[in-house]
Amino acid sequence: MNSLILQVATRYLSSLLLVFSIYMLLRGHNEPGGGFIGGLVGATGFILYAVACGTSGARQALRVSPQNIAAIGLGISLLSGLFSMFFADAPFTGQWLFIGAEGDDKGLPISTILFFDIGVYLVVLGAILTLVFAMEEEI
Amino acid sequence: MAASKPGASASNGVIGWVPVAIAASLFAYFLQFLGPVSQGEVIRLVWNWVPSLDIALSFTVDGLSLTFALLISGIGTAVMLYSNSYLAGHPQYDRFALYLTSFMLAMLGLVLADNLIALFVFWELTTITSYLLIGFNNEEAKSRRSALQALLLTGAGALVLLAGIILLGVAAGTFEISEILAQGDAIREHPWYVGIVILILVGAFTKSAQVPFHFWLPNAMAAPTPVSAFLHSATMVKGGVYLMARLHPGLSGTELWLWTLTVFGAVTAVFASILAFRQTDLKQALAYTTLMALGTLTMLLGSAEGYAITAFVTFLVVHSLYKAALFLVVGCIDHGTGTRDANVLGGLGKAMPVTAFAAALAALSMAGIPPFMGFIAKELAYKGAEETLTNVTFVAGMSLAANALMVAVAGIVALRPFWSKAEGEMPHTPHEAPWPMLAGPVVLAVLGLLFGLMPGYAQTYLVNPTVQGFLGSMEAAKELKLWAGVNLALYLSIATFVIGGLLYAFHRTLRPALIRVNMASPKFDKGWDNILDGLKAVAAWQTRLLQSGVLRQYMFVIFATLLVGVGGTLWAKGAFHWPLVFEGELAPKHWTVIGLLMVGTLVTVTTRSRILAIAALGVVGIAVAIIFIIYGAPDVAITQLLVETLVVVLVAVAMLRLPLLDQKGKSDHRPLDAVLAVGVGGVVTMTILLMLEQPIDLRLSAYFNETAWPDAFGRNIVNVILVDFRALDTFGEIAVVLIAGLSAYALLRTTQPVRHRRGMRNKDTNVQEDTP
Repeated sequence: MNSLILQVATRYLSSLLLVFSIYMLLRGHNEPGGGFIGGLVGATGFILYAVACGTSGARQALRVSPQNIAAIGLGISLLSGLFSMFFADAPFTGQWLFIGAEGDDKGLPISTILFFDIGVYLVVLGAILTLVFAMEEEI
Repeated sequence: MAASKPGASASNGVIGWVPVAIAASLFAYFLQFLGPVSQGEVIRLVWNWVPSLDIALSFTVDGLSLTFALLISGIGTAVMLYSNSYLAGHPQYDRFALYLTSFMLAMLGLVLADNLIALFVFWELTTITSYLLIGFNNEEAKSRRSALQALLLTGAGALVLLAGIILLGVAAGTFEISEILAQGDAIREHPWYVGIVILILVGAFTKSAQVPFHFWLPNAMAAPTPVSAFLHSATMVKGGVYLMARLHPGLSGTELWLWTLTVFGAVTAVFASILAFRQTDLKQALAYTTLMALGTLTMLLGSAEGYAITAFVTFLVVHSLYKAALFLVVGCIDHGTGTRDANVLGGLGKAMPVTAFAAALAALSMAGIPPFMGFIAKELAYKGAEETLTNVTFVAGMSLAANALMVAVAGIVALRPFWSKAEGEMPHTPHEAPWPMLAGPVVLAVLGLLFGLMPGYAQTYLVNPTVQGFLGSMEAAKELKLWAGVNLALYLSIATFVIGGLLYAFHRTLRPALIRVNMASPKFDKGWDNILDGLKAVAAWQTRLLQSGVLRQYMFVIFATLLVGVGGTLWAKGAFHWPLVFEGELAPKHWTVIGLLMVGTLVTVTTRSRILAIAALGVVGIAVAIIFIIYGAPDVAITQLLVETLVVVLVAVAMLRLPLLDQKGKSDHRPLDAVLAVGVGGVVTMTILLMLEQPIDLRLSAYFNETAWPDAFGRNIVNVILVDFRALDTFGEIAVVLIAGLSAYALLRTTQPVRHRRGMRNKDTNVQEDTP
């Protein structure tokens, strides 16, 4: 689509969407959001970019091919699920680390759950972009 | 077979000797059981395998399994040694050795297993290895066809057998064979008895090639000759016979068992002997005599009397010995002269003296001439016929016919090529085979003579313990002896020799007549082809019918199935009632959403513009998202909104390149679609209203509500369930998402016509070929 207005606006819009997608991913554990929704938002950002600037431009902006992103995401989820084995827990049992926790304040919680959700984010993002890019290029 | 001829200098190296060593050591291992087993001992070994299903990997060594194990490993040793020379220098000998060794181990497992499930697994392993071995010359279409035929036929039989085994195991309450056999009377009176027997016998008959499942066995002769000798004569095809023998104490003794085995066995024996008699290819003739032997063994198993069972064991042993020897001899002839045609061969006695010696001994045993063991087996079989509970004339007559034909075939196959004059040009000048190819046949053939001269050894170590397994005591076994006095059996034997001699003398004259009769009779092999063709035609027809390739029709089928499935269930269960009342309160916001839904739907189904239809469908989706928001599911609502957005983009990308909606003329499906849509919508609405009448079980929600924060440190229950409580499920789902994305990518990349793709690339030069 050759629209200057859309192209210029897209630069800001898609950046915003990407930031928003990460925000949705991170807040997911306590507020509406999470890896699935974050991944969908991120995918919309890149799809918007592809519609405005062409699929090849979107591929360049993405740097890594979407299939690889999805596969890496699946790997991250799997590894974070298997991580609990080191602690003799069942697979996919969450492991938590509370950095700087004092009393009731839990500090900064880091968990395998977070990495699992990042994996979900990447799979959803990658899989949808794989599909959409392929359709836009082939049809 | 050209590639499999042994070369002068070629050899298989160490690989060739490994199978020989394995088989020989197994044979030696089993020999040590002879002592204890001949004392009546039964040795059992048990490992737990699938304890939850009561399946154990248990093995038993008794007379029957030991006899089989010795035959398998003993003949196996001879065959392995033989193959190493027969296929010397074959480029794929290592593969062949692997197949043949695997087969031998599977066969040993089959005869030693004391658990029905374990037995079945080994049974199937022999089927698969047999398939690989028949198709070993996989460059020949004939080999591939024969292999597939054997696999399909015995595989189908095995499925039937599996059903029978499961019924038997459930009826008996255990899968351990020894425990099942201990409660034979209970099984015979069980209401499933008839079904069990029929299912198991179908499995056994396909494996042991009884009429009408016999035709795969002669075709299986496409395998290299040592394979034919080992699998399709001495061991594997006896798997079915073994199964019938193994289950004999538990299942035999009824009219059903008696008549089925006797009739099928007798018909197979006579039918096969006639076909053997007509053959000029030595190997094919032997294949049909194997069928005759399998029929005879089946017939003998019908009975539960001392003579028949003793005859069964004796004939089993003697047949394995002489038939393996004869097959190996035919391989030597083939190797020495380049042909197996009985019409051409002759005068080989001088050029191949050792082969001739082995052939003569084996053939005399096969013809049942005293003092060979074959004679004893035949005498016992005739005595068994005398005391049969079916019809003495029928059994004796069929036995006489089959045995007389055997005498003639023995002459044609094993005596004539060596001692009559050559009648045609043989491809090579006949020469003797190397020693490893002679050792097996000679030893096996000599054993047939030794057992005949000294029947006591066979009696003590093989026959008595085996008969004990059948009839409960060693005393039930009849004595193996060469001279049993002047009686009916002797007269029958003499009649056998006379008729057999006459048949041999006139076989040249009789053969054309037989071939004419055979041409006129229906062909099983042809019938098999017809069945396969029919199967393929049905598959093609139903694929054409169901896989139209039109998306509309797939959707129609899916929703029609939904309608019939859900509606039919409601109707069948009598769950439906009228009037259905919705008890919830509808505020103005609800009415707004309903209005959005209605308008969106109406525009979608009535418009002729694709872009409008897509946008209107988006409105429907957004209305659904609003419903989620109203009822407090923000996560679901966000997802719905995003997915809806993406779908609109995707559909727009795909559809904008399609022509305008064509809703006029003959191809207007909309009335039918409307009926379906209203039906599905009505049924789903009804289901929801019916479900709302039931109290909702909130225990699960309450549980997650209470534990999400203390256990999983999260306040968003939906997300906590997704990534923590049910993380494994989520992992499965994202794996599916990835696979779906990759599949769609692959489809889009590969199904486009090349011309079209190139055209696209020229238009849009930015598209890069970055397929990973």
